[in-house]
Amino acid sequence: MATSSLPTPEAPATAPPASLVGAQHGDRVFRLLLTTAALAIPLLMGFLVYELYTGSALAIDRYGLGFVTGSTWDPVAEEFGAAPLIFGTLLSAVLALLIAVPLSLGVAIFLTEFAPRWLRQPVAFVIELLAAIPSVVYGLWGIFVLVPLLKKVVFPFLRDTLGFLPFFQGPIYGPSMLAASVILAIMVMPFIMSVAREVLLAVPNSQREAALALGATRWEAVTSAIVPYARSGIIGAVILGLGRALGETMAVTMLIGNRHEIAASLFAPGYTMAAVIANEFSGAGTDIHFAALTYVALVLFVITVLVNAAARLLIWRVSRGAPAGGTGL
Amino acid sequence: MNTLSPEPSAAPAPLLRTTLARRSSPAVPMAETAPAVESRDFKFWYGATAEPTLKGITLRVPRKAVTAIIGPSGCGKSTFLRAINRMHDLLPGARYGGELLLNGQSIFGPGMDLVALRQRVGMVFQRPNPFPKSIFDNVAYGAELNRLVAPRDLPDLVERCLRQAALWDEVKDRLDQPGTGLSGGQQQRLCIARALGNQPEVLLMDEPCSALDPIATQRVEELIHELKRDYTIVIVTHNMQQAARVSDYTGFFDRGELIEVGETEQVFTNPASPRTEAYLTGRFG
Repeated sequence: MATSSLPTPEAPATAPPASLVGAQHGDRVFRLLLTTAALAIPLLMGFLVYELYTGSALAIDRYGLGFVTGSTWDPVAEEFGAAPLIFGTLLSAVLALLIAVPLSLGVAIFLTEFAPRWLRQPVAFVIELLAAIPSVVYGLWGIFVLVPLLKKVVFPFLRDTLGFLPFFQGPIYGPSMLAASVILAIMVMPFIMSVAREVLLAVPNSQREAALALGATRWEAVTSAIVPYARSGIIGAVILGLGRALGETMAVTMLIGNRHEIAASLFAPGYTMAAVIANEFSGAGTDIHFAALTYVALVLFVITVLVNAAARLLIWRVSRGAPAGGTGL
Repeated sequence: MNTLSPEPSAAPAPLLRTTLARRSSPAVPMAETAPAVESRDFKFWYGATAEPTLKGITLRVPRKAVTAIIGPSGCGKSTFLRAINRMHDLLPGARYGGELLLNGQSIFGPGMDLVALRQRVGMVFQRPNPFPKSIFDNVAYGAELNRLVAPRDLPDLVERCLRQAALWDEVKDRLDQPGTGLSGGQQQRLCIARALGNQPEVLLMDEPCSALDPIATQRVEELIHELKRDYTIVIVTHNMQQAARVSDYTGFFDRGELIEVGETEQVFTNPASPRTEAYLTGRFG
């Protein structure tokens, strides 16, 4: 008797509603459309790599991998080595993060955990506005405001107090590796801050309550429960900043001094890959100069991909065991 | 201190207390020993509203027993529970009046250290909220934070708490695994073990089984029964059968007032107030 009350399985199978067929057809078109769109991205990437490779073939043939370790850059003598550029790119980005990460995390934690409610939204809004300023404006501001300030106040102070370290020795010019790193830090801060803030806001209130109910102070709750909960998202925020710092061109080339040299002192000028491409591309007179610049672009591309892959790996490593919601980014 | 009830001089105090007690609590076997938690005409406001959420609660929570607080949604039972370890401190604009005492010491008084209070009064929440840390670190969290034991004694403490929470046998081989990987019921027992790690005097439970299935609920209820030998437990529950099963004393809240409180059996079989009876028989709430 129990079975008779259940719907018989044959009934719906005999006549599939026409609308289902139509939906399947529409689904197929939709799926094809989306698949094409999704495939276009890796295709574009492949095309980009191919172009960079063929464009730099001349330089790759002549210098090989020695290009990456060579440190002379002389378009007249047709001798090219990118080591100072790679060094400058990586160092300026790392320095920028060293300055920007503590500051932006501090601001994000302040805005989510400690600031009075009426202050939170306006401050976050203003900081996010900073991300919208064009980098050439940052560069100009750097030349007229930041560099004089650094040159007159900050650099002499660093030389006087930390001068025993090789990083803070030598003549002070103004435009320098450190100046570029500071402007980079200011530029990536809004990105790291706003992503870190979103991530911290997404930490469930129950985690806060759990820590506080166990006798944690507000500060202990932040350091021992809230930040660890959000750690993979925070690393994601830092990587976003790193990506920006590696590729930033305009403001850096305006402040870094543009000299092909690996200097121990942060007061000395340097150069980055993005900056050299921007500066020399329009004036590249010879085929080999053009090819060398394209080679630099290829190296920059590879380094960016490698850094991002390493960062992904890091996120994946730390987010194992973390709640599913925390693995975003 | 914004005590609203006028503080009487030493001599008439007992008189006042009895009158208050008589108003809310007809049978008073609970008053025999010094209570672990005592509220005297305790009032609470969530914001600048004129109407208090709690309208003068006078209640004595006996030591080493389970006291259940029942009542319809919005009656203020969770508000009262969360006042005991001052979880409301997070909310801007919350106000209180009257007195709330832990072992005779005012919870809101200037002499009460917030961190120490929360170490002495543990809390288990409605939804299990383990940290995304290892099982070991979850249980050791409070003791490490408040430096209750030497680091070398932590493993003993963790084992003891997990045993008390009836979780040890299930997790002893995977203490380094994340606590978030456990099932819902296990997570809630982990949260209980975590609260015990602080070696509290009082354990507050805010509907601890509402997110659990019946079997996990039963395990937690058995656990509560075990824990009352060592701890004073106050449990808020929506589930009247649960209150009847686990508690020694029951308080019935309605619209911010304590309607009646007494031994669980008496409240359930022979309630003094018609409102309690109406609620228990399902006529409202």
